[in-house]
Amino acid sequence: MSSSHLKERAAQVLFGIAAGASVLAVVLICVFLFANGLPAMAQIGLPEFLFGTTWRPANDIYGIFPMIVGSVYVTAGAILVGVPTGLLTALYLSRFASGRVAAVLKPGVELLAGIPSVVYGFFGLVVMVPFIRDTMPGRGLSLLAAAVLLGIMILPTVITVARSALDAVPKKYYEGALALGADHERSVFRVVVPAATSGIVAGVVLGVGRAIGETMAVIMVAGNQPIIPDSIFDGVRTMTANIVLEMGYAADLHRGALVATGVVLFVFILLITALLNAIKKRGEVAS
Amino acid sequence: MNNSLLEKKPATYLPKRQGGVKAGRTVSPRVLKPATGGFAGGAVKEHVAPVVTAEPGVTAALATASEPAAPVKMSVRDLNLYYRDFQALKGINLEFPQNQVTALIGPSGCGKSTLLKSLNRMNDLVAGCRVEGEIILDGQDAYRDVDVNSLRRRVGMVFQQPNPFPMSVYDNVAFGPRTHGVKKRADLDDIVEQSLRDAAIWDELKDRLKKNALGLSGGQQQRLCIARALAVRPEVLLMDEATSALDPLSTAKIEDLVGELKRKYTVVMVTHNMLQALRVSDQTAFFLLGEMVEAGSTDDIFTNPRDSRTADYVAGRFG
Amino acid sequence: MSAKMTRACAGAGAGDAAGGGAGGGAGAPAGGSGARDRFDVLLAEHGERHQQKRRVAAALLRLVVRAGAVLTAGVLLLLIGFILVNGVPYLTPSLFAWEYTSTNVSLMPALINTLLMAGLALLMAVPVGVGSAIYLVEYAPRGSRFVALVRTTTETLQGIPSIIYGLFGMLFFVTALGWGLSLLAGACTLAIMVLPVVMRTTEEALHAVPDSYREGGFGLGAGRLRTVFCCVLPSAVPGILGGVVLALGRCVGEVAALIFTAGSIAQIPQFAEGAAALFDSTRTLAVHMYVLASEGLHVNETYATAVVLLVMVVVLNLAAAAVVKKMSKGARS
Repeated sequence: MSSSHLKERAAQVLFGIAAGASVLAVVLICVFLFANGLPAMAQIGLPEFLFGTTWRPANDIYGIFPMIVGSVYVTAGAILVGVPTGLLTALYLSRFASGRVAAVLKPGVELLAGIPSVVYGFFGLVVMVPFIRDTMPGRGLSLLAAAVLLGIMILPTVITVARSALDAVPKKYYEGALALGADHERSVFRVVVPAATSGIVAGVVLGVGRAIGETMAVIMVAGNQPIIPDSIFDGVRTMTANIVLEMGYAADLHRGALVATGVVLFVFILLITALLNAIKKRGEVAS
Repeated sequence: MNNSLLEKKPATYLPKRQGGVKAGRTVSPRVLKPATGGFAGGAVKEHVAPVVTAEPGVTAALATASEPAAPVKMSVRDLNLYYRDFQALKGINLEFPQNQVTALIGPSGCGKSTLLKSLNRMNDLVAGCRVEGEIILDGQDAYRDVDVNSLRRRVGMVFQQPNPFPMSVYDNVAFGPRTHGVKKRADLDDIVEQSLRDAAIWDELKDRLKKNALGLSGGQQQRLCIARALAVRPEVLLMDEATSALDPLSTAKIEDLVGELKRKYTVVMVTHNMLQALRVSDQTAFFLLGEMVEAGSTDDIFTNPRDSRTADYVAGRFG
Repeated sequence: MSAKMTRACAGAGAGDAAGGGAGGGAGAPAGGSGARDRFDVLLAEHGERHQQKRRVAAALLRLVVRAGAVLTAGVLLLLIGFILVNGVPYLTPSLFAWEYTSTNVSLMPALINTLLMAGLALLMAVPVGVGSAIYLVEYAPRGSRFVALVRTTTETLQGIPSIIYGLFGMLFFVTALGWGLSLLAGACTLAIMVLPVVMRTTEEALHAVPDSYREGGFGLGAGRLRTVFCCVLPSAVPGILGGVVLALGRCVGEVAALIFTAGSIAQIPQFAEGAAALFDSTRTLAVHMYVLASEGLHVNETYATAVVLLVMVVVLNLAAAAVVKKMSKGARS
């Protein structure tokens, strides 16, 4: 009896430790990022680092404002491209598609989610960039290419989350609208969609998180000039790209500045996660 | 809940609401008048009155015929309804007189809800549902002559579970009118107020029009749904066990309301609660296994059924 | 029938008195009911006129929704079709040679490294993730602060982009622990990255197991541990497997988290020389493809590599779908 009791205790402790792993991971990530990034930020000076518009590591000038702007622009563009398409697709799958079409499109969307970002990046590089170069001003490697590519990449996130939110809307709302003489479209757009708002917004925010954190695909199509772009045909460098492009050869303060870029990105992501939690909580209260 | 209703209602509630029916069965006509005159009974009288006075023919019929001959608002002719291979309704013929309450009763799965849902074509949503026969609304075939959306405007529905939309009280009621093209704010304000008044919930909600409707109690939600249905000015109102999810007090309020509503609307209600049918309805149709066993005046069905199965059911021997 | 008479008569009597008040009903057409006011008329007429407008609006909305879906499907087809058409012809045997050289950019070493890396990462992430989920679902007291903390951190981990994981892996495993650019550092980084995926899916799978199973176990006098392993876990296996496949997919496609933790040497670690091989730098297939694409020298091989990556993803997707199907079938029986 006591040996089995001991085994029970041991198991409980073991599982508890496993559960602590994720806490440990977050703590370690925070500690190591901040410990390596903050000193560099302090040395450069926080305002100079965050709002400096010149990034010239050779001269020890580290202003990441162009990269922050780049990330924001690219993400905004991705939202502009991906969210309407994604939401409409989610609506189609949830409320308009026949069973057979949905049965084909749904695994397709899952496949889209599974495709690695390098493959997206490569597709952008060999298809979109030449197309933009040939039909529009600029060299093709541009904010536009990155935004469209990221817009495609966030599609599955937006579609999946929005669709499950739409599917979760109780049938009685839809029926209630129909019974008042509203047609299918009005019932869906004026009753079902508003009822799914918090889930849909969660999908969009999740898409924002994915877009702002995306690295490899953006590097391959964005041009990566550390300058604030004047037009959507100019090249742009995101925070993520900044890290990957230079980390390979960076040392000392330069390396610290790159880690500090990561810290800024991390803070962005934490804010998005917090926002997401707030939305979820509000959704729970409403329902 | 049902038990408490059974015990409570006859004493406190029944005479107040439908004293005419109750009294008419046991007491002579003359005793009736004081009984109805007491409480809300006055309203009941008013409701019946306009019909009677408006239609000379009817008055004449009343004077001579044994049945009240209100004009038929809606009728069902030789209706067969199938869910794929299963026949849910078999050769139904039924008429719904204008400005009367018709109750559809019967055990679960007997087809009464199916019939109700085919009156405003909500059955169209069910995959594999097939309808034969005719449903006539004011001489028009509901399945062929009338656009389904205008049919549903004219034949409103209140569901078993209160289903207010997750938006404000005002937007809930205004949804229907907006759907049908009413855009002016003043018009909408008027309709919302009048509909809420007609559903006897204006006083409770007039200060909470901007609040989310999901915050209301179950009974308030259901009356809000009635107001929402009234806001598109239907001609017929279908109620699908509209009180079965509610507490006795809310149920009483809604039964009161139905008595008021038939002044303007033709009401068809499905109910599990036979006492409710007795209290509220003028006409009753009894369903069993997809067939309509018997239909007639509520008093006849409950006191003097022609079919032994009806007698068994209303006596509570099955179902 | 006399009752009906009575009531009608009572009504008629009262009607004389009240008739004036409700007199609006007198003008009602056959279809009308009771008193009609301007809104009855407004809605009835407006409704009919409005029908046409609504029909147009509805058709437009339908069109827009369809267009969105077509766009998504089109992008998917274009992407996959383009890669396949350009890549499949270059799936030559030499691409699968054992040795990578600068002239023959064989993907074989990278492919094997991918399996090694993903296997190693899952070896770490799955036990921890499953154990953690078991703790959260089966052991943790209700409303415990620790559980709330674990949930929050898991959500945070799930939102962190892979480049941050890469940065952390570089700072911690590569530099602080001194492992260098290595298979092990890469695998550990990936393990942390996929931990929340495994945790979440396992948690969901455990929650889906009906409580009666647990009661059954306890009822037979089994302890919690035995109950979990004999009664609960078996029926959660498909769900957990689904999560593992998902995690595997992320490992296969990952680049940003690996490029500064595992490096990009296109060689299979020398396991013949013992465990030290764990500290060899390796290049997974996705990293391989990134390197090829950014070098721009071997475009055809890059296409072919993309095909292999795509096929792996499709196979994993199908596997996950099959597992889910089996799960739902199991739930039905």
